Amino acid sequence: MAHFDENAKPFSHKWMNERLAVDTLKRVLSTEYWIPKNINFLWAMGMVLAATFGILLISGIFLLMYYQPNTQLAFDSVNYTIMSEVGYGWLWRHIHGVGASVVFLIIYIHMFTGIYYGSYKKGRELIWLSGMLLFVLFSAEAFSGYMLPWGQMSYWAGMVITNLFSGGGLHADFLVEWIRGDYVPGQAFLNRFFMLHVLLVPLAIIGVIVLHFGTLRLPHVNNQDGEEFDFEEAAEQYKAGNVKESKVIPFNPVFLSKDVFVMGIYFIFFFYLVFYHFEFAMDPVNFDPANGLKTPTHIYPEWYFLWSYEILRPFSTNVGLIAFGIAQVIFFTLPFMDRSPNVAPASRRGLFKYWFWALLVDMIVLTFMGKLPPQGIWSTVGLVAALTFMALWVALPIITKLEKKL
Amino acid sequence: MKELKIFGIVAIFTLVLYWGVEPFAHSQMHKHVEGHNLVYDGTADVEECAKDKVATKKAFWADVKKIAALKGDAAAGEATYAMCAGCHMEGAVNMGGVTPPSLEHAGAIYDKNFLIALIKDPAIATNVDHKYPNGTMAHPMGSISTMVTTPQDIANVVAYLQAKKAGEVTPKEAFTEACGRCHANRYGHLTQLGEIPKTKSNIATGKDIDAMKYQEKVAVEEASLANYLGKLPPDLSIIIRARSEHFLHTFIEDPQSQLAGTAMPRTGLNKEGMEKVFAYLEETGDPSKPLREETGPKVLLFFLIFTALAFLWKKSMWKGHH
Ligand code: HEC
Ligand code: HEC
Ligand code: HEM
Repeated sequence: MAHFDENAKPFSHKWMNERLAVDTLKRVLSTEYWIPKNINFLWAMGMVLAATFGILLISGIFLLMYYQPNTQLAFDSVNYTIMSEVGYGWLWRHIHGVGASVVFLIIYIHMFTGIYYGSYKKGRELIWLSGMLLFVLFSAEAFSGYMLPWGQMSYWAGMVITNLFSGGGLHADFLVEWIRGDYVPGQAFLNRFFMLHVLLVPLAIIGVIVLHFGTLRLPHVNNQDGEEFDFEEAAEQYKAGNVKESKVIPFNPVFLSKDVFVMGIYFIFFFYLVFYHFEFAMDPVNFDPANGLKTPTHIYPEWYFLWSYEILRPFSTNVGLIAFGIAQVIFFTLPFMDRSPNVAPASRRGLFKYWFWALLVDMIVLTFMGKLPPQGIWSTVGLVAALTFMALWVALPIITKLEKKL
Repeated sequence: MKELKIFGIVAIFTLVLYWGVEPFAHSQMHKHVEGHNLVYDGTADVEECAKDKVATKKAFWADVKKIAALKGDAAAGEATYAMCAGCHMEGAVNMGGVTPPSLEHAGAIYDKNFLIALIKDPAIATNVDHKYPNGTMAHPMGSISTMVTTPQDIANVVAYLQAKKAGEVTPKEAFTEACGRCHANRYGHLTQLGEIPKTKSNIATGKDIDAMKYQEKVAVEEASLANYLGKLPPDLSIIIRARSEHFLHTFIEDPQSQLAGTAMPRTGLNKEGMEKVFAYLEETGDPSKPLREETGPKVLLFFLIFTALAFLWKKSMWKGHH
């Protein structure tokens, strides 16, 4: 058994150290958690995501105090009670709505940063996989949250998305009914999505964030040149006072000071949106109460799901569903589809450079087309973009295999 | 600097993305309808209507123009107004499916040409004549054409409305008079019968009998409206957030332009009427606007200072690192 000093005052430094190893914890998790010096602001996106998740959690707790998960009351509890009766209720709601949209923008930036710098390879596979798990969980969180105001888009998006589970030609209607707890979205449906949104999914997200951080600890984060170096040696150099020559900095306080500065800029942008430009995050159609007898003219998901929605749409039901299913999981396979040994920015990686920009542009085109009515030229462009997406993933192992070792 | 270049690239892609899913997508999804600046001269009606109606409509609006040129006599109009008041009175009752609205501010909120047209033929004026193949007499206000017959009479009563029924009007009054007979606004505590009265529950039973009676009256009114209009007009509490401002303007000015065949009549609002109705819709549908405008700058200032301090912290931390 460990040694406990009987004379240590309760909660004194020594007393805490003997019980919780606070010094060690602090060292391992912050002051001697080494970060490469050669990084740019894109490496702050992870902390920006953590902060945004915090904002979503806090604003969500405030909303939860007045929200009513009942098909008769939900709409007015959000649009009347919270928006006009509760002091600053509108502020929490706009923060939550804008946060839910912006978190995806940052997630996409974070993902594409990882892709660009090859941060999913050579020991960093689990970082990528846990990150993708977070992406899937955030998608589930966003979708379940979208059901709660019980407006027209909640109802009809709920209808369309749960319908996907019939598996097209498989006609697994029992599965759809099982998910809904009814033939159409109704009280049972709202209740279970409420539970998912406020309990199960956030709980899972918190767990996976911890996992994601855990997976970062041993491989350390990547850097702008994909350079591999000895962290131990660099750390010793830093601790010896050769701050300038060392290739690393401690997470706390040096890297953190930059994170906080980037977060400050992000918060200015974020709160500008909250006060002056929140409409983009709250679809007008959802301000009409749910009406099972009146299908809206256009049904489309929020912007961050549009690219995968557009992979579903241009094909016949069964082919579309398969394509959609593949699109949902394909990013998980990235560390294994990329056959090149190089960890380097895309700009130095031959064909992969073009692959990266083609993927980015293609996904933006898919996103545009996913919102437009599928008519005339738009559906052709959508079809081409969806096929391009598939082709890019088929090409990935080939072009990375051809890549020369740097 | 390299970081700024990277930031520029991220910003450009973000803006392109925004442009594509917001302004561009919306411009493609909704048909574009031109407004007519609240001028009611039948131009749009003639363009939209069936071919066999064109001649009638042209002649009708030409007549309206002639009457508008007459000099109305407000004093003489007061006597004619008594006929209007036979239906449009305090405590008016439902007739033919709808309750005639109060005309207390008719001269302030409705356009002059529209009022002339309305008295001449309410169905054509409100652009719902497609509902009355057998003539305007079937319209709940249709019998007016047998009561006020000469152009001079029409000019007089309109002059009277513009002189005597044109006082200062609040947003709520404008809404109640122009839209309230058909549309409830529950966030504004309005039903089609007006303000919801304050009632009390019976202490012994916990039941509010007066409220129940009132609810029954509202239900009856709504059923008759649904019967008259083919459907119950939607509650407008939060419509300001459910539709774009442009849609609302053009729709209210001429419902047929956005929803061909709809039973909603044109309401003939003038500029002031439209502004007041909008003010009310904003009051119930977007009540946080004043507070938002007040709090926004303070929060942004806070984060500007926060960022400036964070920048200084970062500078001091990174000293000697490069
Ligand atoms: C026979 C009863 C009757 C008489 C007489 C009558 N009205 Fe009306 N009026 C109505 C009814 C009913 C409505 C509602 C019609 C509807 O909503 O479809 C109405 C609607 C109106 C409106 C609102 C139109 C709009 O939507 O903007 C105005 C203004 C109006 N009347 C003015 C007058 C004037 C002025 C007179 C006298 C010259 C008059 N009314 C005479 C029954 C009457
Ligand atoms: C005589 C009854 C009547 C009056 C008066 C009336 N409306 Fe309507 N309104 C309707 C009906 C009926 C509908 C449903 C239209 C449809 O779906 O075809 C409607 C629908 C609407 C809609 C929804 C359109 C959509 O996109 O679904 C709006 C907005 C609206 N009215 C605004 C107003 C405003 C503002 C006023 C007052 C200036 C007003 N209405 C006065 C009957 C009326
Ligand atoms: C809300 C969810 C997420 C949070 C809170 C989060 C948080 C973080 C943090 C704090 C870091 C370290 C700092 C940095 O490099 O930015 C990080 C790194 C990383 N994350 Fe995430 N992340 C999330 C989602 C994702 C997703 C969806 C992916 C992609 C599938 C992902 C992939 C990565 C990768 C590859 C790294 C390593 C970057 C490098 O080594 O340079 N993360 N994440």
